[in-house]
Amino acid sequence: MLQDVQLETQVTSWLIQAQLLVLSIHVLGIACFAYIVARRLVPLMRAEHDSRFDRTSARIGKFLKYWLGQWKHPRYRVAGVLHILIFAGFLVLAMRAFTVLIVGVSENFVMPGLSGETGHIYEIITDYAATLVFLCMIFAIIRRLAFQPARYAVPEKFGKAHKADAIFLLSLIAILMLADSLFEAAKAASQPQLGVTVAMTSFLSLPWVLKIAFASMPITTLADIYFGSYLLHAFAFYFLLCYRPFGIQFHVETSLFNIYFAKLDRGTIKPVRWGVSDEHLDQVKSFGVKTFEDFTWKHVLDFYSCADCGRCSDNCPANAAGRPLSPRFLTTKARDYAFQHYPMFGKAGNGTPLIGNIYSEDEIWSCTTCGACEEECPLLIEYIDKIVDLRRGMIDEGNVPQSLQKPLKALESRGNPYGKMEKKRADWTNAKEFKQVCPVITLGKQSTAETLYFADSITSYDDRMQSIARSTAKVLDHLGEDFGILGAAEKDSGHEVRRFGEETLFMALRDHNTEAIHGSGVKRIVTSDPHAYNALKHDYRDVPPVEHISQVLADGVESGKVKFNPIEDRDDVYTYHDPCYLGRHNQIYDEPRNVLDAIPGLKRVEMSRSRDRSFCCGGGGLMLFYEPKEEERMGVKRVRMAAEAGANVIVTACPFCMVNIEDAIKVAGLEGKMSAIDLVELADRQIARNRPALDEKAFEAQQHEAVTGR
Amino acid sequence: MEILVCARRVPDTSENEIALNSTANDIERDELVYSINEPDNYAVEEALQMVAKVGGNVTVVTVGGDDDEEILRREMAMGANHGVLITDDAFTGSDGRGIATILKAFVQKGNFDLILTGVQAEDGAAQVGGMLAAMLDYPFASLVNSIEIVDGKKLKISREIEGGNKEMSEIDLPCVLSIQTGINEPRYVGMRGIRAVASVPIPTYDATQLDLVPNTVGASAAKVKRVDYFMPTLGKGAEMLTGEREENIEKLLELVAAKGGLK
Amino acid sequence: MARIFSYIVHKDGVPDDSAAELLAAARQIDPNAPLTAVVCGFGSGLDRVCESLRPSYLEVWKIGAETLAYANAELIRKALVKVLPPQSVVLVPHDHFGIDLAPGLSIKLGAAFVSDVVGIEGLQSSTLNIVRQEFGGQVSAHMKCDVSSGAVVTVRPGAFKSLDAPGINGQVVDKSLEIGVPSAGRRYLQTVVAEAGDVDITKHAVLISIGRGIQDKENVAIAQELADAMGAAVSCSRPVVDAKWLEKSRQVGSSGKTVKPKVYLACGISGAFQHLAGIKGNPFIIAINKNPKAPIFHVADVGIVDDILEFIPELTNKVREMHSVSAK
Repeated sequence: MLQDVQLETQVTSWLIQAQLLVLSIHVLGIACFAYIVARRLVPLMRAEHDSRFDRTSARIGKFLKYWLGQWKHPRYRVAGVLHILIFAGFLVLAMRAFTVLIVGVSENFVMPGLSGETGHIYEIITDYAATLVFLCMIFAIIRRLAFQPARYAVPEKFGKAHKADAIFLLSLIAILMLADSLFEAAKAASQPQLGVTVAMTSFLSLPWVLKIAFASMPITTLADIYFGSYLLHAFAFYFLLCYRPFGIQFHVETSLFNIYFAKLDRGTIKPVRWGVSDEHLDQVKSFGVKTFEDFTWKHVLDFYSCADCGRCSDNCPANAAGRPLSPRFLTTKARDYAFQHYPMFGKAGNGTPLIGNIYSEDEIWSCTTCGACEEECPLLIEYIDKIVDLRRGMIDEGNVPQSLQKPLKALESRGNPYGKMEKKRADWTNAKEFKQVCPVITLGKQSTAETLYFADSITSYDDRMQSIARSTAKVLDHLGEDFGILGAAEKDSGHEVRRFGEETLFMALRDHNTEAIHGSGVKRIVTSDPHAYNALKHDYRDVPPVEHISQVLADGVESGKVKFNPIEDRDDVYTYHDPCYLGRHNQIYDEPRNVLDAIPGLKRVEMSRSRDRSFCCGGGGLMLFYEPKEEERMGVKRVRMAAEAGANVIVTACPFCMVNIEDAIKVAGLEGKMSAIDLVELADRQIARNRPALDEKAFEAQQHEAVTGR
Repeated sequence: MEILVCARRVPDTSENEIALNSTANDIERDELVYSINEPDNYAVEEALQMVAKVGGNVTVVTVGGDDDEEILRREMAMGANHGVLITDDAFTGSDGRGIATILKAFVQKGNFDLILTGVQAEDGAAQVGGMLAAMLDYPFASLVNSIEIVDGKKLKISREIEGGNKEMSEIDLPCVLSIQTGINEPRYVGMRGIRAVASVPIPTYDATQLDLVPNTVGASAAKVKRVDYFMPTLGKGAEMLTGEREENIEKLLELVAAKGGLK
Repeated sequence: MARIFSYIVHKDGVPDDSAAELLAAARQIDPNAPLTAVVCGFGSGLDRVCESLRPSYLEVWKIGAETLAYANAELIRKALVKVLPPQSVVLVPHDHFGIDLAPGLSIKLGAAFVSDVVGIEGLQSSTLNIVRQEFGGQVSAHMKCDVSSGAVVTVRPGAFKSLDAPGINGQVVDKSLEIGVPSAGRRYLQTVVAEAGDVDITKHAVLISIGRGIQDKENVAIAQELADAMGAAVSCSRPVVDAKWLEKSRQVGSSGKTVKPKVYLACGISGAFQHLAGIKGNPFIIAINKNPKAPIFHVADVGIVDDILEFIPELTNKVREMHSVSAK
């Protein structure tokens, strides 16, 4: 018995002698880490204010869903599952890691709450966790080396790939797991020899395997392994801890905060300056982001938190079209800038302009604000606000592409980007045949109604899109809605104006429209334009609730008020293209589909990229005027996707999608083979009516006359 | 360098439909959108770029009434240092020579190294710049599409002549240049900038302050007067093809082939 | 009655087309007045020009000086002021030279000034009644000009039909010594010739010309496709170059190229005179424009009111069809 005690003491005495060494490792490691984190916090302190401390319960909800629940990860199956396993492993092993570290100083340390039976169960789980993480690391390394996904690649213009760095980190984590397992295995293997109760190692786990391998080793070797693996573990742990803040692995620490502080309000853009109301904006000296320090602290945190996974750029339509924009590199370039200008030692930051240095103008103007990047990012990194802020900065400097200056000026003077006269905004209602079956009233002091149909600029002025307005009016009429339009009193919703950075002009348009809406006395707004829908719902304040016409139609279908005639051409295959601002930003996916499915005989297929993975058509509003440098138009790519899905009719629910898609059909050479129709136009065509329908041919002829003047 | 830009507020013709008013003594102006004459805007941008290089001030002046102030504010929002409104009832009905006389009086109150105007305005007269230069005895160049500052005493300029060719000249300061569109890419003037200068006081000058003798300006002094506006008659005009698009295309190709235009 | 002078623009010893047009304009002012040409320049070229004008003008005033070898408007103005008698009416073509010379000249002569005249209705004692255009040709205006102390009038090129030389035996009067030694604050350095560009539009018989109506850089391709199908070239008006959708070498107009095609398709072009000034040789002009009131329809031979973005692709398809049929 004395012998046992002596042997045990012998084992632990190594540790006790090494206590000082271990203690100093701890102190050094923690001190280093603390210093590094403190330096990393400097740019956050210098950054702009951001309002993220409210709505705690909603934030906790996000934390649970996206951090703990890893909700977004499975969108990329292999990587997602891999990450979930590693993440779960890390969580489980967190306690164990601390325990192991402290054991070096206080040998009998047991984590509170993990003693006894709980402790045993915990140990079983941790054995498997370590094994799992270890295996995942091996798999990840092989994947990186042998079949790396395309989205990890770094195009030359953006710098070098970090492959070696990635493999180094993966290896380190594997080593950490190995060290931990060796430590446990050595102890477990020594215990029979020491005559002590053998601690359990889980069957088939890594420690178990190693224990068996160590079974016949002499106790001195085991002691060496025990001690060596402890130091290896400590070193690896602290090295990783201090190395992570220098690269993409920092997300291990920052992800929790980044997700907790994530943006809660979908669909809207951050104010120019948090805490500064619209009325006081003229006191703000500089609008937008011009230097790094103009970003808010949350945006800087975003830059730290990027794991360089490439999912955002993989889904970015601008990137796919060959435009200079790639969201992933927007973030990594900013992160590199932060690391470079806020070094560990030496003077920090110097406020150099970002545009023209790490970012190019075209890069920032290329974004259509479709939101695919934000939808994809597992860390909930925000892009749209940053791009809008960068645009605000450029606008503030007068740095606007010439092609955008004309429509912006027209918006200011005429309230629409085409420069057309205000009084012509309601001309679409005057089409002769249409007027006879569906007179539309203009609201104002003289006449009021329940519902306002907010047509917005393109639907009002564009010859092609006016048909969407007429179809919407006819549908509302069929449903017996009491509605009217604002006519000349309506100005552009300003949705794109805001997203292009012209905040002051946006506010002017918003205030004008808000006043007009209030003056009309309506209780509800309906629109056929998802951009207007989004603006009225999220950017405007104090306006009546707004619905998109697809929702109105879906309600009508459900209630039975809307019944459709069967489709005439049975060979047509339809596919629905989710507009970004109806689908992704406002999650209205099912209503349009329900409407389509209610049309008897309509064959519908889904494109592989649909719903929240829908591929932007090319953008709306001012984006129609911008001339980007690109390889292939987004619209053309989308039309090809429709053809691949086997469709020959694309149904969309947005006038801008219609412009881009109809144009793309021509450019792609698919004229005659593919056509596009708006949901409300299709509904209008198929609605079963009691009264005689509009004579289509006569109406078209009249349309032709209106356009050509003959 | 002290630069003066003479600007004018004109109806925006690209989207505006010009129609005659009921009495045909003027065009229908009620629904028109006005803005600064496009070549004048290019001139201000050029002036701002020059001053950014060599220092100095840009002053924008216009002859008109209260409505015309808005273009001064817009150019100040763009970066011009000063805006000046020259206004007096006595100026009404001035012809080009009258305007030039007024501007000359203003120029002589100041100390400008360079005076810029736009090539022409909505009336297509293209006259004020050249007249002003002759009255001041300053050298003049029209249709200027590039300016290089040689030194404080002269500029190297190019004029736009036929075939896209450029006539390069050296011109002494002080001088007057009329600026052609396309010389640069004017910066964007945002609504915020315009709001920021919305309350800046704009100094005005009237006939007395400019020591102008009444019979040299205004309607009485004008040698050129407009009698009326009218819609140009078609003359022979085009044979309009009416009909469906397909028919038009066929007829068009027939005619083109007849003229030897189709291979 | 005051003398009427025609300022003659010339190159390489040959008078510009405007010389004959100014003759017509002068006749409209006063059919009976003796007409004088005034020509500035230097050397044998100047002499040849003066000779060639003798059948048209009663007197040809020659002003020759080495300093005037290149037509520097600043120098020429000083020379003219010394030579022209008071109350003269001077006609100048409204081109880049006339714009440069005429306004200042009117001041130095103490004369009235009216520019870009497209019609002359006649002289009523000392009031000259003329017609001009404003707003890019969208409206015309009747103007009256008090010519009691003379006038400088710039005349739109092509507005007046050239008159054949009346076949008189004019005299060349050498006024060179009267000008002294003019000097000016503007000195001519050199002429930089425009870059050639990939396509020489002056060499094509058929031109597909696009204007602001093309709306977008991407739509330029629509015109190119039609040009390819027809074996033509794409040219354009000024706004397209200003917007940087095509290079300057494609611009037709007074500040661009002068073209003499057989067939000219003006698509989405409003018809401002500066553009039309670049079209010579009376080609067959077809205008396609959404706006039925576009001034181009006054000068075109055939007009179609339609949306070019839809019309042109259909036209292209038809041309391709025709070619594939004929190829069979």
